[in-house]
Amino acid sequence: MRLISQIGAWFDQRLQLAAPIRELAEHPVPRSTASWWYVFGSAAFVVFLLQVATGVLLALIYVPSGAEAWSSLQALNHDVTLGWFMRAMHGWGSNFMVAIVLIHMVQVFLFGAYKFPRELTWIVGVFLLLMTLGMAFSGQVLRFDQDAYWGLGIGASIVSRVPVFGPALVKLMLGGPIIAGATLSRFFALHVFVIPGLLIGFVSLHLLMVVKLGINDWPMPGRVVKRATYLSEYHALIKQDGAPFVPYAVWKDMFVAGFVVLAVAACALYFGPFGPTGQTDPTIIQTVPKPDYFFLWLYALLSLLPPSLETPVLLIGPVLVIIALLLLPFFSGEGEKSWQRRPIAVLTVLVTAITLGTFTHLAEFAPWSPHMNAWSADPVPGRFLRGTTALERRGALVFQVKQCRNCHSLGEQGGKRGPALDSVAVRLTEDQLIRQVIQGGGNMPAYGQNLSPAETTALVAFLRTLHPAGQSPARDASRGIVLGDVREEGTQP
Amino acid sequence: MTSETMLSRRGLLVKMGILFNGLVTAALAVPIVGYIFSSLTRGRADSYLSWVSLGPVSDFPEGETRLATFRNADVMPTDGKTVDTACWVRRMAGDQFQVFAVNCMHLGCPVRWFPQSGLFMCPCHGGVYYRDGSRASGPPLRGLFEYPSKVQNGVVMIQAGELPTPNASLAPVGRESSCA
Repeated sequence: MRLISQIGAWFDQRLQLAAPIRELAEHPVPRSTASWWYVFGSAAFVVFLLQVATGVLLALIYVPSGAEAWSSLQALNHDVTLGWFMRAMHGWGSNFMVAIVLIHMVQVFLFGAYKFPRELTWIVGVFLLLMTLGMAFSGQVLRFDQDAYWGLGIGASIVSRVPVFGPALVKLMLGGPIIAGATLSRFFALHVFVIPGLLIGFVSLHLLMVVKLGINDWPMPGRVVKRATYLSEYHALIKQDGAPFVPYAVWKDMFVAGFVVLAVAACALYFGPFGPTGQTDPTIIQTVPKPDYFFLWLYALLSLLPPSLETPVLLIGPVLVIIALLLLPFFSGEGEKSWQRRPIAVLTVLVTAITLGTFTHLAEFAPWSPHMNAWSADPVPGRFLRGTTALERRGALVFQVKQCRNCHSLGEQGGKRGPALDSVAVRLTEDQLIRQVIQGGGNMPAYGQNLSPAETTALVAFLRTLHPAGQSPARDASRGIVLGDVREEGTQP
Repeated sequence: MTSETMLSRRGLLVKMGILFNGLVTAALAVPIVGYIFSSLTRGRADSYLSWVSLGPVSDFPEGETRLATFRNADVMPTDGKTVDTACWVRRMAGDQFQVFAVNCMHLGCPVRWFPQSGLFMCPCHGGVYYRDGSRASGPPLRGLFEYPSKVQNGVVMIQAGELPTPNASLAPVGRESSCA
């Protein structure tokens, strides 16, 4: 024991770090902040350290070359002992990091922690969020599978829409005119050197300010922040009701950090690594690219926005959001901290969370995407064919073979891009059906050139049978009179 | 008093040191910036665009649309399979061809051709195009990207080498001019 303290003293005589470290650990915090609500920042930091560790371990095997990246990941998954586990830890660590950083941000926002004098801590935090998202996207690219390839293509398409500089920015992003080896190398440099380097610097700044300015006091309704008085009030609070961070508050951080790392490991064990999906071969076009979980909301937004609004929303939207986040502490640097007195803040968080959640949920089953194999994979359910005539059955065949099914479902099966047709005959009359099939419209292509008159007749005859048993198909009341069809007139109910 | 108004020897040396390092940095910045932006300057004269072969005309039956692949002219050893690209070749009649990029005009996902309905469909956001590449429905604002094509000595050639994106040199069908 004496030997250890002697060695410690030897090092400290030269490093002189013991005193500042003790000061850091024992810096006083308001007792009220030793709360389970104040653990997300340290949890994010611990996951970041985990990502650095697993990232370095992956880099021992991973090859950042367009020709070999994919097979080196296969080797990690299947050949290298526990390589799959390291990949899974890194992949799940990334998901956890994005989630925890977002939760941390919401907590800080709702507790008013961005207000005076912690404006810069918030601004650095906004950059940390952007870097975390940058790491998530660039990490997905390093997988260099089909999703990564087409994801890069989507990124390039978005960047290309920037006025004037678009094409140049695309080449800068891809490292050339096409997605190739240089693209992967460039994202590898970003993911492994540039962004982590910036992250380490910004995290240090962020932590430094947390320690120097003191942790945000628990927001009490009615305790209003004023620039003139806040600092003296805070110091008085610490003097009156403060406690050293270690050990008073730190044990909760430690418990949560340990739990989060365990959760990452559990997910890694149970769910395994992410991909890689198919090989990066652009000649294989039978692929349905989908972004990683945290960009699914964007995937949904891109298909639900009106086409003409897409480019402005894509290019201006993120800029406005980032500017709003950066300016937030300047517009509301004083005033109430408690969420109980800030209904608009609470509402903003709720609306944002519900919007992103809804978009993400929608993107999981992507109702806007045609089912490319529905026409050959999902047969027309038998009940739609029972008791039909030869012409109507011929129409059902046309319905399948012309890929109508890729966008229209029957009996819950098939694409959801267009409306389900289970009861289309109730909605459209015969003439309207013919017109819709031939001329298209309302987001449906015109089939006039691809259907013979006989096929159209058969198809419409089949569509006319699609109505609930107790309901008769829609009919144009004037049709019988105009065409002089007395028989049809007679069947009018 | 003199120390405030006059430049001391040390002060001058520090200023010269700053100036010297500034000059060195500026001199080094030239090659560094040149290196970083090399992916841009390489493409200034459209030198990355070149005519590549898609195979003999006889590979493409008249009135049909077939998938063809080509290899990018500019290949680096680390490119792997990424330099192989697919495209849709429509032979209308004789030597009349239309060659479309597989990339959807909307966000670049690979569109698939359905000969039965005569439509290209995109699996991502549901963009649909007619057989001549023009927009049918969905989020794309215009038609498919069309490569400049020609038939030379019985071989179908296209001018390729750039990822088709909305503002790139490749013009989508139904767009009057390629540059704004």
